[in-house]
Amino acid sequence: MDIFIQQLINGVTLGSVYAVVALGYTMVYGIIQLINFAHGEVVLIGAMVAFSVITALAPGGWPPLMVVAAGTMVAIPVCMAIGYGLERAAYRPLRNAPRLAPLISAIGMSIILQHLALLVWSRNFIAFPQIIRSEPYHIGGAIITNVQIAIIATSVAMMAGLALIVYRTRLGTAMRATAQNQHVAGLMGVDINRIIAVTFLIAAALAAVAGVMVGSYYGIAHYQMGSLLGLKAFSAAVLGGIGNLPGAMLGGVLLGVVEALGAGYIGDFTDNWFGSNYQDVFAFMVLIAVLVFRPTGLLGERVGERT
Amino acid sequence: MKQSKLVLTLVAAAVGLIGCGEEKKPEPPKVAAPPPPSIEIKIGSVAPLTGGIAHLGKDNENGVLLALDEANAGKIKIDGKDAKFVIMSEDDQADPKVGKTVAQKLADAKVAGVVGHLNSGTSIPASEVYNGAGIPVISGSATNPKLTEQGFKVQFRVVGRDDQQGPAIASYLAINNKPKVVAIVDDATAYGEGLANEVEKTLKAAKINVLPREKGTDKTVDWKAVLTKIKGRKPDAVFYGGMDATAGPLLKQGRELGIKAVFAFGDGACDGDKMKELAGEAAEGLMCSTAGIPAAAADSKFLAAFKKKFNSDPKIYSPFTYDAANLLIEAMKKANSADPAKYLPELAKMDYKGATGRIMFDEKGDRKDPEITTSVMKGGKLEPVAIFKAGQTVSYEVFLKAAAAAPAEAPKPAAEVAKDAAKTAAEPAKDAAKK
Amino acid sequence: MKGRHPALVWVGAGLVGIALLALPFALAQAGTAWVRITNFAILYVLLALGLNIVVGFAGLLDLGYIAFYALGAYVYALLASPHFGLHLPFWLILPIGALVACLFGVLLGAPTLKLRGDYLAIVTLGFGEIIRIFLNNLSQPVNITNGPQGVSRIDPFRFGGFDFGKSETLFGLAFSGPVKYYYFLLAMMMAVIFVTVRLQDSRIGRAWEAVREDETAARAMGINTTNIKLLAFAMGASFGGLAGGMFAAIQGFISPESFVLVESIMVVSMVVLGGMGNVWGVILGAVLLSFAPEVLRYTVEPVQKSIFGKSLIEPEVIRMLLFGLAMVLIMRFRPAGLLPSAVRKRELAERKG
Repeated sequence: MDIFIQQLINGVTLGSVYAVVALGYTMVYGIIQLINFAHGEVVLIGAMVAFSVITALAPGGWPPLMVVAAGTMVAIPVCMAIGYGLERAAYRPLRNAPRLAPLISAIGMSIILQHLALLVWSRNFIAFPQIIRSEPYHIGGAIITNVQIAIIATSVAMMAGLALIVYRTRLGTAMRATAQNQHVAGLMGVDINRIIAVTFLIAAALAAVAGVMVGSYYGIAHYQMGSLLGLKAFSAAVLGGIGNLPGAMLGGVLLGVVEALGAGYIGDFTDNWFGSNYQDVFAFMVLIAVLVFRPTGLLGERVGERT
Repeated sequence: MKQSKLVLTLVAAAVGLIGCGEEKKPEPPKVAAPPPPSIEIKIGSVAPLTGGIAHLGKDNENGVLLALDEANAGKIKIDGKDAKFVIMSEDDQADPKVGKTVAQKLADAKVAGVVGHLNSGTSIPASEVYNGAGIPVISGSATNPKLTEQGFKVQFRVVGRDDQQGPAIASYLAINNKPKVVAIVDDATAYGEGLANEVEKTLKAAKINVLPREKGTDKTVDWKAVLTKIKGRKPDAVFYGGMDATAGPLLKQGRELGIKAVFAFGDGACDGDKMKELAGEAAEGLMCSTAGIPAAAADSKFLAAFKKKFNSDPKIYSPFTYDAANLLIEAMKKANSADPAKYLPELAKMDYKGATGRIMFDEKGDRKDPEITTSVMKGGKLEPVAIFKAGQTVSYEVFLKAAAAAPAEAPKPAAEVAKDAAKTAAEPAKDAAKK
Repeated sequence: MKGRHPALVWVGAGLVGIALLALPFALAQAGTAWVRITNFAILYVLLALGLNIVVGFAGLLDLGYIAFYALGAYVYALLASPHFGLHLPFWLILPIGALVACLFGVLLGAPTLKLRGDYLAIVTLGFGEIIRIFLNNLSQPVNITNGPQGVSRIDPFRFGGFDFGKSETLFGLAFSGPVKYYYFLLAMMMAVIFVTVRLQDSRIGRAWEAVREDETAARAMGINTTNIKLLAFAMGASFGGLAGGMFAAIQGFISPESFVLVESIMVVSMVVLGGMGNVWGVILGAVLLSFAPEVLRYTVEPVQKSIFGKSLIEPEVIRMLLFGLAMVLIMRFRPAGLLPSAVRKRELAERKG
């Protein structure tokens, strides 16, 4: 039982990271029905920028939390600039092009970002300075660390903040209107271009936070870390119902738990025919299963994603 | 004190050997006709010079460069002509496709011999090209057993195989820690899985309970699910076959989850500074193995020359590529020919004392009884604790004494003394080595 | 080509044919290595042509195409190597490989083709990864693929006493292994080009076009859209499988690390760069991008070395940056690729007008 609770804690922490990234996918998809393939790379840049800042400040003797916060504060504007650039350079000119065009353009952008990161931060795995001491707390036989608690809390806070913006502000109303019908929203006086740009900015800020979370949790970053994380987070967004904010959160946490429990128990259930080596398969299996059997996802409102 | 003594004896040994080598004078040239004054001999060097492990590739290349420089300075005569050795350095990008193509390039250029490649994944496909062209190739770093199992006469290696390193770390673990249950994890790469398989074999032979294998990938940073499962089985030791970038997070998360077991890694994760950087305090007590003897115990003449030429210390495998290049040159000297067909038989029966110790090849082209070092992280530093050679584990101090005591000319010095010293080693190691 | 003087076209084709036949001997002067590089380029052409059926003709973006290549390669490797002790002849295994790949194409396509374009792309990407992960892990409990260790000592093509792995002299000309493979690959490429060109102008080709342009309208016109899309998937997959088998034979050693996502993306960029739907454009794209690293190696490296004294940006990174840039710029300024297909040209003109 302790082991089961421990796996749940592992899964929820991992899932919280997925959730924050998934929020970015779901926001952009909700508003312009585009899979922002380069979103994972924005997370990567966030982690890398934070790494540079934290490394520079770590010897300064500041309290660790402040150093991490400073890293985040620098990572957010950098990522927002990249998010805005992405929208302007790669997506906006293709808004009326055939569906595959923006996707291919997005793939191109993700390759470019990845290799620019390689040029700046090298190909090597980069170790974050270990400034935050991880303090274990015992829950029964299971252990949860202060870092894990911080990650889960940040993720919930992000979700809440985002919900406030989307459902309680004029900006949010305009975003929802644009999501429902760009043309009509435009007629109602909503500046579509501005709203879409703002959506990208918010998504990029979320990605920056996610990048810092991943980097400081695992203590390591790599120029290829964005792609698999992005894919999994996208799967999470689809699982929850793409375009749906609580759905992204739910999908992220569920996927994290599925991965943790899957890696932890699949060996016992299949007499070790399958093992933790298939951990990365679960996300894709979930993705395919959801798309085939319930394309709207768990909480999805949008019908008609098929054809 | 101890250190300086060791260096002195090593220098003495090296000097003795060099003298020894000079005694065997090259056979007088058989060809009577007046030869042209000089002959250019091309030696290929292949390693990834771009990409993720370019720094290691460069290190490998440096080993070859140094060897060729020294040979050129030594004014070697082959077939009566002044030999001038030139390096033909190729970049295989650690990509199997490119590996085969650059092998072809070297074959096209009719190189006399090749030192490389760095990775097993490129060495294996490339070996077929060299075999077709009859060019001897010595790897200083490819550890996958398959490389020399293909039956190619031209393929050699001067580094230990995964199935030699696995037993080394496993038998040390078995003797020293006497675990009852061991968990084994690997990164599902050719290297990581291969090494983990050998460790598992050795441990099982020593009647130690090994848990079902757990796996990640070479990019996995979240090991918590796997580690939590392992924690539930309460192992006394955890072995991980993989590289430092994944081993660091594994170690750190293992300690965070409260796993008290000993963590043991292979040479992919045996860089002390890197492990400390990645795992912090959790790195303390880590046990890991490296192929060959520790750099500090390597030939000091080589170390000094390397430092002088490149203004840096050898990273991992340059002593081996240095030896590999020297082996090619020595074989050419003995055969008095740079023609692969003529010097290949000499290469196969070489008995050479190089920077990494005594080198002889077995019938497959593998190095006979290579040393494997096991180290433990103590006070933030990796300290060698044991040397594994010819199926025997010897403590590091005993090894040093043996190396110091052994006269360089004695026929089988290290092995003999090691055997005496190994009486202290427990039985499981022997069983394990026999498999 | 229509409308031009037919005799001129034939003469041109004849000249190209002679040039292609003589090519390996010219390349061998520079080194057999160049023949090998050319062989890999032809393999990429085959892959790009196969993917073109799916992406270019039917308009379905497949980001996991390399999985079919992997399947073909593994079928060949397992049936012609000491791993299982099987040594079947290549003319038997190549079709089997193509068939297995085709089967998986249908298996993947059947449930997912109902999905809209961008979802399909992500699902195929996932599929590609799943296949690779399975290939990497099916070494236990029963050893099928030998896992990450890969399969080695794969048989070269043999036809009676004619061994593609060995050199021999015919008609006074030296035929090395790579040169033999070159002719085989060339013949294969010609066959595939012929098939795809004919397909494009056939009923099926027009049905694909219809589905690509407007699926609903196509269905209204009586086209069974699911079947026609499945067919595209199956055909594309079998070409990939065929290329994979040849890759395994030429390489002699394969492991899952040769079939990673980047390879899929590379083939997609070849198709996109050359011009989706245009056979000649796709060939151009594949040839350009597969020679790119070699060309960059001989141009960018020396230039950097002479300016900065060392190599600052590796050719591999430059190549990837160029790939990415090409994808973005082409989508923006020349969505139909370098050599657009006639239909695409027309469409674009209409859209603008």
